[in-house]
Amino acid sequence: MRLEYLDLHEIKGPLVILKDVKGASYEEMVEFTIQGVGKRIGRIIRMTEELCVVQVFEGTADISLENTRTYLTGHTLQLPLSSEILGRIFDGKGSPKDGLGDIYPDMKADINGLPINPVSRKYPKNFIQTGLSSIDGLATLIRGQKLPIFSGSGLPHNDLAVQIVRQAKITDTDNSKFAIVFAAIGVKSDVAEYFTKSFKESGVLEKVVMFLNLADDPVVERITTPRCALTAAEYLAFEKGMHVLVIMTDMISYAEALREISSSMEEIPSRKGFPGYLYSDLASMYERAGIIEGKEGSITQIPILTMPNDDITHPVPDLTAYITEGQLVLDRELTQRGVYPPVSILMSLSRLMKDSIGEGFTREDHPGIANQLFASYARVQEVRALASVIGEDELSDTDKKFMAFGRAFEDRFLKQLRDENRDMKKTLDLGWRLISTLPEAELDRLTPELIAKYYDKSGRGGF
Amino acid sequence: MTERNRNNGYISGVSGPVVSVKGNPALKMLEMVLVGKNRLIGEVISVEKDKTVVQVYETTSGLKNGEPVVSSGSPLSVTLGPGILGEVFDGIQRPLKKIEELSGSSIQKGLEIKTLDETKKWNTTIKIKDGDTATEGQIIAEVWETPALLHKIMLPPNVSGTFKNVRGNGEYTIVEVIASVETKKEKIIDITMTHKWPVKKPRPFGKRRPVYMPLITGQRVIDMLFPMAKGGTAAIPGGFGTGKTMTQHQLAKWSDADIVVYIGCGERGNEIADVLESFPKLKDPKTGLSLMNRTVLIANTSNMPVAAREASIYTGITIAEYYRDMGYHVALMADSTSRWAEALREISGRLEEMPAEEGYPAYLPSRLSQFYERAGYVQNLNGSEGSISIIGAVSPQSNDFSEPVTQNTKRFTRCFWALDKALAYARHYPAINWTGSYSEYIDELAPWYEENTDRQYGEKRTEILRILQEESRLMEIVKLIGQDVLPDGQKLTLEMAKIIRQGFLQQNAFHENDTFVPVEKQYKMMSIILYLNEKAEKLVATGIPVSVLVDTGVFNELVQMKYNIPNDNLDGFATLERRIDDFYNDLSIEYNDARRRNSQ
Ligand SMILES: Nc1ncnc2c1ncn2[C@@H]1O[C@H](COP(=O)(O)OP(=O)(O)OP(=O)(O)O)[C@@H](O)[C@H]1O
Ligand SMILES: [Mg+2]
Repeated sequence: MRLEYLDLHEIKGPLVILKDVKGASYEEMVEFTIQGVGKRIGRIIRMTEELCVVQVFEGTADISLENTRTYLTGHTLQLPLSSEILGRIFDGKGSPKDGLGDIYPDMKADINGLPINPVSRKYPKNFIQTGLSSIDGLATLIRGQKLPIFSGSGLPHNDLAVQIVRQAKITDTDNSKFAIVFAAIGVKSDVAEYFTKSFKESGVLEKVVMFLNLADDPVVERITTPRCALTAAEYLAFEKGMHVLVIMTDMISYAEALREISSSMEEIPSRKGFPGYLYSDLASMYERAGIIEGKEGSITQIPILTMPNDDITHPVPDLTAYITEGQLVLDRELTQRGVYPPVSILMSLSRLMKDSIGEGFTREDHPGIANQLFASYARVQEVRALASVIGEDELSDTDKKFMAFGRAFEDRFLKQLRDENRDMKKTLDLGWRLISTLPEAELDRLTPELIAKYYDKSGRGGF
Repeated sequence: MTERNRNNGYISGVSGPVVSVKGNPALKMLEMVLVGKNRLIGEVISVEKDKTVVQVYETTSGLKNGEPVVSSGSPLSVTLGPGILGEVFDGIQRPLKKIEELSGSSIQKGLEIKTLDETKKWNTTIKIKDGDTATEGQIIAEVWETPALLHKIMLPPNVSGTFKNVRGNGEYTIVEVIASVETKKEKIIDITMTHKWPVKKPRPFGKRRPVYMPLITGQRVIDMLFPMAKGGTAAIPGGFGTGKTMTQHQLAKWSDADIVVYIGCGERGNEIADVLESFPKLKDPKTGLSLMNRTVLIANTSNMPVAAREASIYTGITIAEYYRDMGYHVALMADSTSRWAEALREISGRLEEMPAEEGYPAYLPSRLSQFYERAGYVQNLNGSEGSISIIGAVSPQSNDFSEPVTQNTKRFTRCFWALDKALAYARHYPAINWTGSYSEYIDELAPWYEENTDRQYGEKRTEILRILQEESRLMEIVKLIGQDVLPDGQKLTLEMAKIIRQGFLQQNAFHENDTFVPVEKQYKMMSIILYLNEKAEKLVATGIPVSVLVDTGVFNELVQMKYNIPNDNLDGFATLERRIDDFYNDLSIEYNDARRRNSQ
């Protein structure tokens, strides 16, 4: 018989408090039946001797202390899984949203997952060619990596993500083993539509699983949206052997939802009102990327976050970058100058590239040329600052060369068309052409052997 | 509610990793308990009149009010004995490879696992005989734990008396009795090759000794400019991606410690995977054997339960103390202590304690100081000397070094290797900022450096730092008016600083020849740079423009010497010195001639 509790003890923001329920277990799902409204689900997030605090997914609107009955489901939030999820659209708690009916599950999995044992991980080493020089050359994306895009409102992060998805899959040796999981967290519907449209245009829609929690969807479900998405990704990667690319946007909305719930629980806040456990909470999702020894598939994550005020010290980008394996930072100034993709390469970083480029991976000169491009472009910033004070004409000859190098770097190397797909060789050769416009004595990051082999001494390099 | 009896309490509330317990007033502070039907491991962290609070080291999802909480009677402890080296443990010393055998690639809860292999037979040499006096910490047997390390089996620090029933050399497991001790009170204690020790209780030693030896790291900016002592403490603060982990890995690989304890505390799983893939292939420069032979990893990654993150630091330091007691030099790396502090904050928040700065508990400074206090160079109970050096990474939120963890760590550590975002953005690695960093060990280590390099070490170090400082000052001017208007003397300073930065401070962790550099070569590099400076200053003083000096290519040769002069053959320095002499002579003759011609 189904045991239901009548009445609630208290309602507080997105939370409902129950009194004297027996046998409740921590983090289990509860089901509410609201008279004249319907059913909602929630999750127990705190228990004391008498009380249970429940976070209600669709929000607490219309709930009163007396119109609601509660049922304990006896399990945590679980996602039904089978290969049928490919091509389907779900809401933030994993229920179908496309009107195509329920999934017949092979299995069900707790959306929180279990921590991957670090000794079971395989260190990711295969690069994904995105066809974008800024990424392939200088912040190489590795299969199994978590590499977020830090952007700002109005910057082309969605275009970039879409271009990565479109071009990355081409280099995959076996396209049937490739899948995309897309999680929209609190974004406007046009963003979701943009992604849907471009998935359709590149003919991958049947390879995509979507979890949509749009701006007007319940805030509490933003907590479960990325977790459902990652559970689906884990299923595809580690049960079905697929290489899964997970795109999650916008992680700021996620963190804001977390903050809202934390504050209704009157928890002690840390910076900017976010809870002290924001780091651990984000990590519990980002760490679900990776490769497992002995299993075929992989999970690569590209979370997107639009930094409030373009502020990289904001707690969400800050803590994210402390967890992810690097970051791609987009720059407003480059955008204004018409450079797409506007990747601010000095602030961007791929941590996994160090062991996955060079001889035997990309090309022997890759680490050296990348380092030299970074160092020389850093120098460009100094020279530009100086030029803005004393005027470009007053610069020394060498500094003038750096000014020219900087411009060429942005216009020829960074800048690409939205459908321009450069292979790795082209990117690296382009790098050498740029470096060859600088005097040899300025090349402090290259070994003598590499200079001898690739540097164009004729001075005819350049553009 | 079946198991509810006098000795057991029951769960009366759950909030994240924190569980309230009622019904057992006998639970002791810091006692280990088994929580719930799945017997999750927990530790008592607060005892009130009618309620006890436990932090649980595994996920609490699924716990129910009323489930039993069983007392273990002892505090959270580590198991010490041969078999630790080369292992990867979680925060409470459960072997992760064994966990993998039991539960596959994801960590399930409630697993019961032996910490050390109890079936393996060790070839044991016994060092005592019947009737010998037994003293605390005494070395009673020896076992080659790995080809690189002779494990000294010691009496636990609280046992003494007279040896009885001593067995002969032979093959023993760690649980077999190899001797007994009859105490003064005529109690017989059986001795095996393993014993337990509570993680939060520092292991006792004889007395502290002053530090005098550097922990050689093979990293120039550290060994030459901001050296660390064996037995010392160092902090590596730095924003994300500035190179804390890389630096820690470099030290774990190349520092001249006998034992390395590496604690991955709340950081990335892939970084542990990286260590596990790369270390076995690397050779310890001292022994020539695989690095894993001297390494133990404690891995509590950011997605593992937060309370165990708190424990991982203590587990690591207790293991370090155990090897120190054998007379070894241990280096402990903790990456990152900020995650540990955050774990304290999270637990404290759940306990609704009154927060101090930024939500951290008021006891943050005392916990940090207690941890760093466990470093030191000591004489052990058994008379041997050993040391623990602690190198803690700090991850300041928003790269703000004024935040509480960075500030408090600074108070309790004596080396400060400040990683700089701007240097990292410009890919100057290691991004250790030379103006914000310091070592307070300079004076204590000076005699060692003078003996092992030469008497001018101190002067040369100061001179290098002076040039760098002068550069920062000049750059302020250059930013405003450009370099051209500077007098040649100052231009030279800028050129020399450039050589120091690019040729000396920058060190390529991925270059075979540059990843680790012996002190002798480091010192020669520093000396030759100053030699060039001395000669160049003279030339500039006679009126030769700096650009002419640079055009000779000598400056560039010094920048490349890290690649061109192999670590095992330093003859190249003599060649470079001759090169500088020629450069000096040629230019002075040329210019003197020119001047004579002009004046005629
Ligand atoms: N000594 C070095 N040599 C070469 N590259 C380095 C060095 N130090 C850091 N890097 C580069 O910087 C990247 C980030 O370094 P690392 O992972 O050590 O940063 P971190 O300070 O530990 O960051 P987080 O706090 O996010 O963990 C590395 O992946 C590598 O590309
Ligand atoms: Mg790190």
